[in-house]
Amino acid sequence: MTGTLLFFGGLVAFALWWLSRQGLAAKPWLESGVPGDAPAGDTTISAAKIGLAIFMAVVSTLLVLLLSAYSMRMEMADWSPPPRPGLLWANTAVLVLASIALHHAVHAAKRGRRDAVASSLLVGGTAGLFFVLGQLLAWRELASAGYLPANNPADAFFYLITALHGLHLLGGLVALGRTGTTLRRAPLARLQLSLELCASYWHFLMAAWIVLFVALAFAPPLDWLVALCTAPLR
Amino acid sequence: MSELAHGADGPIPAAEVPEMELPHPHGWWTTYVFSQDAKVIGIQYSLTALAIGMVALVLSWLMRLQLGFPGTFSFIDPQAYYQFITMHGMIMVVYLLTALFLGGFGNYLIPLMLGARDMVFPFVNMLSYWIYLLAVLVLVASFFVPGGPTGAGWTLYPPQAILTGTPGRDWGIVLMLVSLCLFIAGFTMGGLNYVVTVLQARTRGMTLMRMPLTIWGILTATVMALLAFPALFVGAVMLLLDRVLGTSFFMPTLVEMGQQLRYGGGSPILFQHLFWFFGHPEVYIVALPAFGIVSDLISTHARRNIFGYRMMVWAIVVIGALSFVVWAHHMYVSGMHPWFGFFFATTTLIIAIPTAIKVYNWLLTLWHGNIHLNVPMLFALGFIVTFVNGGLTGLFLGNVVVDVPLSDTMFVVAHFHMVMGVAPVMVIFGGMYHWYPKVTGRMLDSAMGKVHFWVTFLGAYAIFFPMHYLGLLGVPRRYYEIGETSFVPASAHDLNAFISVVALVVGAAQMLFLFNLIWSLWHGKDAGPNPWRATTLEWQTPETPPGHGNWGRELPVVYRWAYDYAVPGVEQDFVPQNQPLPPRAQVAKGDATP
Repeated sequence: MTGTLLFFGGLVAFALWWLSRQGLAAKPWLESGVPGDAPAGDTTISAAKIGLAIFMAVVSTLLVLLLSAYSMRMEMADWSPPPRPGLLWANTAVLVLASIALHHAVHAAKRGRRDAVASSLLVGGTAGLFFVLGQLLAWRELASAGYLPANNPADAFFYLITALHGLHLLGGLVALGRTGTTLRRAPLARLQLSLELCASYWHFLMAAWIVLFVALAFAPPLDWLVALCTAPLR
Repeated sequence: MSELAHGADGPIPAAEVPEMELPHPHGWWTTYVFSQDAKVIGIQYSLTALAIGMVALVLSWLMRLQLGFPGTFSFIDPQAYYQFITMHGMIMVVYLLTALFLGGFGNYLIPLMLGARDMVFPFVNMLSYWIYLLAVLVLVASFFVPGGPTGAGWTLYPPQAILTGTPGRDWGIVLMLVSLCLFIAGFTMGGLNYVVTVLQARTRGMTLMRMPLTIWGILTATVMALLAFPALFVGAVMLLLDRVLGTSFFMPTLVEMGQQLRYGGGSPILFQHLFWFFGHPEVYIVALPAFGIVSDLISTHARRNIFGYRMMVWAIVVIGALSFVVWAHHMYVSGMHPWFGFFFATTTLIIAIPTAIKVYNWLLTLWHGNIHLNVPMLFALGFIVTFVNGGLTGLFLGNVVVDVPLSDTMFVVAHFHMVMGVAPVMVIFGGMYHWYPKVTGRMLDSAMGKVHFWVTFLGAYAIFFPMHYLGLLGVPRRYYEIGETSFVPASAHDLNAFISVVALVVGAAQMLFLFNLIWSLWHGKDAGPNPWRATTLEWQTPETPPGHGNWGRELPVVYRWAYDYAVPGVEQDFVPQNQPLPPRAQVAKGDATP
């Protein structure tokens, strides 16, 4: 709950900061003419990047709400989290590798080296696939140890959170695949944009996974934060 | 008026907005069906929403038949009644209002009003519509599966939503949840488009503070929807898993017919939090575009600049932000810490302030205006009255002590139908009469329109005013039949019958509207490019209806805000946004009324 409020507080603060720079105090009824030579929309950043940023904000909202439900449920007495499969560490490492590889791909594209782009993309994509496979193996490991979704809410949350993250990752893989297929023929400038978008999304997926992993595996107590925020009410 | 950067010496070179590549259609299918033109997508959204809305209208008839004449219609059993309620509510709120305002009006108007060629991601935009259509089809399919659609109430509260005994427990609820998830996925695609288009594709000179209020309303509502729908998505997925896989996210330990169920340890209240975290912003997701559209209708048809434009923009933003911290006022009867109740009651009442600012500004726009009582204006006025009515009862229900006794009565039904049923629908109609000439090139018949308005407006009051009274008497909502209840007088039954008859008449009046939509396509008066003599860009297109790409060879350049009506010292009574100079000399600074 606290996390959700902080997250939304952050979003609202950003929105207000952005709006405050948009001349909302203007008096349009007193003005005519064209202000400046620039088009009104900010075209220094490509539309696709802004679109992706907004999409990532929406996905973050989804995950934050899920985590907030998770943490609310965690406080109840019968909470018994499943053991964390050691495989998750390896999966995390693989996802970090994917992220680094895509970072390299962007840099290689900047230097105009198609071969390096291709190899980085291949490493990144494969690592992404391995992450998904690793998550499935972790599921199997848990399931064969008897931790099924229907047993305990803690188990169910584990499956749900990993599944939703995995689905978004599969979407990322599709985008990566599409970028890969245009590798040979697309002009480098256009490729550059696609790669940057893919890399941003994978960095986001990695960061999201690390937050989720910490929440799932260690379930950090946030009592102090709750105590701090509810202090004025007591 | 003060001059900005450019001199007063004539037109400015063409806009330097980078041209976008438009995916041009290659034949009938890509022109009319799988079109990537936002205008076609907007029309597709509108027609689909109207079609599914008709289903919901018929469902409300059936409900009213049962309430007005209990026991007369044998095919309406309690099970069917609950299914009608559920589907009516969900369809009207999500699949009609949300889709029509954002998908319909949003798609059609955003690029045109901002001087853009199209949405920034046309393919994603097309996908958005087709996923919406799929969501609608999945929803409709639930009428035909064994057990019929879900009857859990539109809020789908667990545990009852997925327990045996609730109608549609086998298939209906599953299809409903799947359909909602699809809708949200489709909406997210559209929503990204609307926001990025507003941020990125505005033409030269169109600053944020020169955008028509319609766009401000749609933009803010879209941002809210992007943040609120994930909550419904999470709730729907978790409920789906509870139903299909037997998880216990929301399902507590339960004994059903002497049998202990396998569920245990879930929290039903958690679902309520998730649902209403979406549900309350949803009210404003519907209301904000309505606020915006009605501002433009009033200003255009009263030939007067909108009063307090800045304040209107700020109020829209403030309402949008506040609506995220009021959700628990839907849960007073679920029980909560008294401090929470106090907090949520306070935030709820605070929303009345920006809302009241908007109402005053509309009234002050009308004041000394040259009011043309044509059909769009009638609907706009109808909206203001209805919204104030519904809003005032909201002040009652926002208080915990008043809400608790009234919560399960018809009073609540009357309140939310006034404020988020009738009021936004008034704007939808007003908007359709207003923009139909741009969409088709022909006017809607105004005689039919006036009949439609008066029957709808007076009828809505005849339906929902008495409901407040029934609620105060204690007549419960959601009940299939009241039967012999000591505190309900016989007159209440007569009133119920009266309401039902009026509901049938009002429903029939909507058929007249549909007839008008079709009839005017061929027989309507020729509209010309700008029949309302309006200032905003969509009326300045080179063709009517606008072609693909909207603007011919060059994008328009915007020189002024959207509300230059009756500017002092200017001969013409309106100055379009893309007109460099009024025909007469400039007015001295400070003469224009704010």
